[in-house]
Amino acid sequence: MKIAVCVKEVPEASARTRIDPGTLRLDRSGTAALNPFDAHALEEALRVKERTGDGEVVAVMMAPARAADSLRKALAIGADRAVHVADEALEGSDLVATAKVLAKALEREEPELVLLGQQGSDSDGAVLWSALADLLRLPVVSQAASLELEDGTATVKRQTEYGYDVISVPLPAVVAVSDAINEPRYPSLKGIMGAKKKPFETVGVGDLGLDPGELGAAGSRTEVLALADPPSRGDSVRIEDDGSAAEKIIEYLSERKLL
Amino acid sequence: MATLVYLEDHEGELVKGSLGVLSKAAKLGDEVSAIVAGSGVTELAGEAGRYGATKVYAADDPALAAPLPQPRVDVLAEVIADGGFDTVLFGASVLAADVAAGLAARLGAGLNWDLVDLELRDGKLVGKRPALQDSVYVDVGWTDEPRLALVRSGTFEPVESGGEAQVEDVAVELQDFSQRAVMVERAHAESEGPSIEDADVIVAGGRGLGVPEKFALLEDLAKALGGAVAATRAVVDAGWYPYATQVGQTGKTVSPKLYLACGISGAIQHKVGMQSSGTIVAINKDPNAPIFEYADVGVVGDLHEIVPKLTELVKERRG
Repeated sequence: MKIAVCVKEVPEASARTRIDPGTLRLDRSGTAALNPFDAHALEEALRVKERTGDGEVVAVMMAPARAADSLRKALAIGADRAVHVADEALEGSDLVATAKVLAKALEREEPELVLLGQQGSDSDGAVLWSALADLLRLPVVSQAASLELEDGTATVKRQTEYGYDVISVPLPAVVAVSDAINEPRYPSLKGIMGAKKKPFETVGVGDLGLDPGELGAAGSRTEVLALADPPSRGDSVRIEDDGSAAEKIIEYLSERKLL
Repeated sequence: MATLVYLEDHEGELVKGSLGVLSKAAKLGDEVSAIVAGSGVTELAGEAGRYGATKVYAADDPALAAPLPQPRVDVLAEVIADGGFDTVLFGASVLAADVAAGLAARLGAGLNWDLVDLELRDGKLVGKRPALQDSVYVDVGWTDEPRLALVRSGTFEPVESGGEAQVEDVAVELQDFSQRAVMVERAHAESEGPSIEDADVIVAGGRGLGVPEKFALLEDLAKALGGAVAATRAVVDAGWYPYATQVGQTGKTVSPKLYLACGISGAIQHKVGMQSSGTIVAINKDPNAPIFEYADVGVVGDLHEIVPKLTELVKERRG
């Protein structure tokens, strides 16, 4: 079975991140990493491959050329092959522009299963899979806490506000996994060494038959207008419990009509 | 602005978060329409009039019985095209986020998510989105129509304005690929009382409870306050409490009027899920717990002593 895993590069969790006040885009000049949520999608793909004994795991990333190392990390962890869509025309792409590019890259691969992580740790975006599935005209399930594959059907336990749904979809399908689905492995030394020999393809917008005018900032329909500080919470009250804390809390809440 | 608000239904009721978005939309614009898509929902559709919709589309079809996104994308795409809507608003949920994103792709439209406010600036719609762990607030806009927006849950209160809506039936025609996902088993609410998205008061617990059984203390307090119980990722991962109640970066983002954090240290992953709450009260034994940095009331003490007393006092007050 061929499984494609969509991955992205994000600022390293410990890095101080900021939005560039000039461009109003995330400043990505600091240390970068593979999006930790995507590691769960990659892990699930590798587990499926290991269970079935054959198949191919292709990691697909849309990012500037400098993000190639993060994609190589996916190879070091265990993906068989990487496709890097890198093109200056893609800078500033919003949800739909990004989905268009990834859909084209995935159409070339024709995977039976497309896996994504549950969100980007930088943008908190948790929407890409559904846009992608619509463009690919494939069924989609998100928030997968477990995934079983049998006879060309994926059965997914979906986490919702109300508990767990069980949803089945015929393959090919798009599935976004929750981070509860598994514990991702780390790359081994052997994996890191072996990654250098794995196929790594870099493609541009033209290779995918896309019109640059539909992509990047020009092809995006959302914009960032301004930045502001978060609203201040005002003064806070400190109570050291001497046995009367409960009464003091009640007093505070009732003064503010919260009871 | 010609605005359409997607109203989600669950177990025979319109979801509070989406009604809150409807009320906000009614405050912003002149005429606001809404759409309900499900099975046996025509009667529910009429209720939306009270929250400010002048017209409600009812897509009532057994094919929409399961809460799956893709059939709803088909229905909304038709209604938006026929009705000429330029703005489509959603209250965020697992279902609504997938509907909104699928629709954005279908219409080639811009989608802004996780909004905590919407306003008109010189007649132009502007959304406010907290970013980078809520350390910065970003004003976002749209460069073209239709404009799609997902609003963070709990952001807007439903306000009854007493109006009436005209209900219009919508013919449901679905794409082949939209019908391929099948609901095998549907989730059932695991607890009584409001869900954490709907609750005005949330009593949340973390590691400081010590053992899972102590969640009973929080359940008693939540019940007395008419609220819901939430949990941190650490205790959900440890199996103490269901995932549906998890607040934080990988769980839900909530903004109740009152958030009582009990035994929660308040790491950034938790903070992003609850810091837009109205009033935050934190009870923790550790005076250096990070949650005290953003709580309105920080109580240094033993929750096992304080919470039962609080419950008693609330019960007394409420008779």
